[in-house]
Amino acid sequence: MTVLAWRNGRRDSLTIRARILDPVGRIDLPGVVTVEDGVITAVEPSASAPSSLVVAPAFVDPHVHLRTPGREDEETIGSGTEAAAAGGYCAIVAMPNTEPVVDTASVLAALVEQAREEAVVPTGFTAAISKGQRGEELTEMAELAAAGALAFTDDGRPVVSAGLLRLALAYSAVADRPLALHCEEPTLSHGGHMHEGAVSARLGLAGWPSIAESVMVERDLALAAYESRPIHLQHLSARASVEAVRRARATGTRVSAEASPHHLCATDERVRSLDPNAKMNPPLREEDDRCALVEGLLDGTIDCIATDHAPHARHEKDAPFEEAPFGVTGLETAFAALHTHLVLTDEVPLEIVLERLSAGPALALGLPVPRIAVGEVANLVLLDLEADWTVTEAGFRSRSVNSWLLGERLTGAVVKTVAAGSVVHAA
Amino acid sequence: MSSQRPRRHLLDVDDLSRDDAYRILDTARALARTLDREVKKLPTLRGRLVVNLFYESSTRTLSSFELAAKRLSADTMTLRASGSSVDKGESLRDTAETLAAYDPDVIVIRHPHIGAPHLVADAADALVVNAGDGKHQHPTQALLDLFTIREALGRLEDVSVAIVGDVLHSRVARSLIEGLCLVGARPFVVGPPTLVPRGVETLGCGVAHKIGEIAEADVVYVLRMQQERMDAAFVPSLREYTSLYGITPERVRDGQVVMHPGPINRGVEIDPRVADSGASLITTQVRSGLVVRMAVLYDLLTAPRLHVAEPVLEVA
Repeated sequence: MTVLAWRNGRRDSLTIRARILDPVGRIDLPGVVTVEDGVITAVEPSASAPSSLVVAPAFVDPHVHLRTPGREDEETIGSGTEAAAAGGYCAIVAMPNTEPVVDTASVLAALVEQAREEAVVPTGFTAAISKGQRGEELTEMAELAAAGALAFTDDGRPVVSAGLLRLALAYSAVADRPLALHCEEPTLSHGGHMHEGAVSARLGLAGWPSIAESVMVERDLALAAYESRPIHLQHLSARASVEAVRRARATGTRVSAEASPHHLCATDERVRSLDPNAKMNPPLREEDDRCALVEGLLDGTIDCIATDHAPHARHEKDAPFEEAPFGVTGLETAFAALHTHLVLTDEVPLEIVLERLSAGPALALGLPVPRIAVGEVANLVLLDLEADWTVTEAGFRSRSVNSWLLGERLTGAVVKTVAAGSVVHAA
Repeated sequence: MSSQRPRRHLLDVDDLSRDDAYRILDTARALARTLDREVKKLPTLRGRLVVNLFYESSTRTLSSFELAAKRLSADTMTLRASGSSVDKGESLRDTAETLAAYDPDVIVIRHPHIGAPHLVADAADALVVNAGDGKHQHPTQALLDLFTIREALGRLEDVSVAIVGDVLHSRVARSLIEGLCLVGARPFVVGPPTLVPRGVETLGCGVAHKIGEIAEADVVYVLRMQQERMDAAFVPSLREYTSLYGITPERVRDGQVVMHPGPINRGVEIDPRVADSGASLITTQVRSGLVVRMAVLYDLLTAPRLHVAEPVLEVA
């Protein structure tokens, strides 16, 4: 069984001279990393390493929409993984809400095959919890797991029926894979386009209140505890959700949780411009929610940063706010956004951002943790912390340009990415 | 889409400074006098093109924009959503770019979706006037209401205005609250909690849920129950709404004036005896609509310097 698939590249040899920062290995020193034939053969101190360059374990994104099959005009496995390489990722996990939905082993096997031909970085796939993501009947989880499904998720929509989720939790033990859950109580979020609060009152946009997420988080945590099964909570956005995860973990529930760069860095104030690139699901929330996500990131309640990279065709996204679909791209801007908005503002130390971008998501989804250690296959990202750049449409490898950061000046850039021993990006 | 937009459009009451608002109201007052003449047409905007792009049905707003442009001698062209390429699925940006080929000076747009005027402003070179976008804004309605109150009461400063009813679905309420705050009046909203948006007090208005609270107001501004914009049952029945919040003669105090943006649901939010009484300014509002829209077109097309001199006040 293959969990990650990619176009096996060369095994490269290189030396990187930089500040070596591996939060898991507790390494933080100026030095040289030597890679020979794709394997790390030496990690040595060197006083002459430039201080603005950091080499760290490459990133793992647990939540990417590759839009394949069905919407290859928006993204392909090739373009999406090129974007991932440019963003410093050595592994990404694709969501199954495609056309058709990834809900049978044959659809999944075809994707894995395609990834072996096209994927620039190792790519994992998830499969749906319910057939067609309709929330009615379970998928054949055991067969899907055998075909390579990393986890099960109906991402894009919640599992509305508590009864079905309970069955899915219990049955997922057979497949030995976690469930990844999109938490949204649809009768509360119903018709909402943005966070419910002062800004929605001002704009008249129907609200998608934070309570619509947190009541579902509470329900899902309770069910997971009852069935003693691990769950992974996707793209948390609200203070009450973070607090619920913290409480549940303290009583032994096995739960991992994501937050996205946009929810960590931005608030609903951005919606005042009515820019459709400020529209995502869940929506950007208030400063108090953002602060709660940052606190969660700091204490580990939020153990993963996930981009929820969601490419959309220009003609669909470039519409009045209410007509535009939810979602923004994020693979190519994640590190720079986090560095600019959280590290340089002294809200979050660099090593925590790096850990939550790499080891955190790898552990949550049972993938190998990228490490900087002799004998490891090289999964490295080289970062220039002083590089200033402006986010422009022309700069993207992704087929879509619906970034929430267009036109913004960011500090920090990915200079080089090594994934599975091969240099997949060099700026 | 660019988040920076030139200040010269009228997309939002926020686009106006207090001076802008008073200048437009003064211009409207001067234009009102010309309407008493035998020949009512003014040559001011001769050769200018005003396009009305209406994606939602409208009687008073569309007719008053058309007549306002004609009274100022501008050429006008009206496109309605039905029967045009809009019906054939053309995107709003494509429609805006098509219209831009005619070099219009002003595009007046009404659209069911929030932000549509902003998109047109981004796509076309013309000045854009928002004639209502979903539940968001209707700035010329707010200006005509300010004009009506000022002419009726002789002032705006410190005037207390009770805005009653379905605030949640009302672009009129949102624009009016901001307009009233801009000129120093004191708005407060009164309605059932399910029809008052969470956080509305951050716009600068008071919030009450009992109809008796309207007694302290100088102006009772009645909102239309917008059943067409509701996607759920926000009140158990119109009957119960009317009994709790309907504006009846018994609920109107002597000396209060009553306003309504129209079209009215007689016997729902307003009792016909109030709508047709001497306290009602409803037909005055329609007349104000014409002169205020003339003033807005005049102001946009003849005094651009006053606008570009101001800094762009845009929230990032």
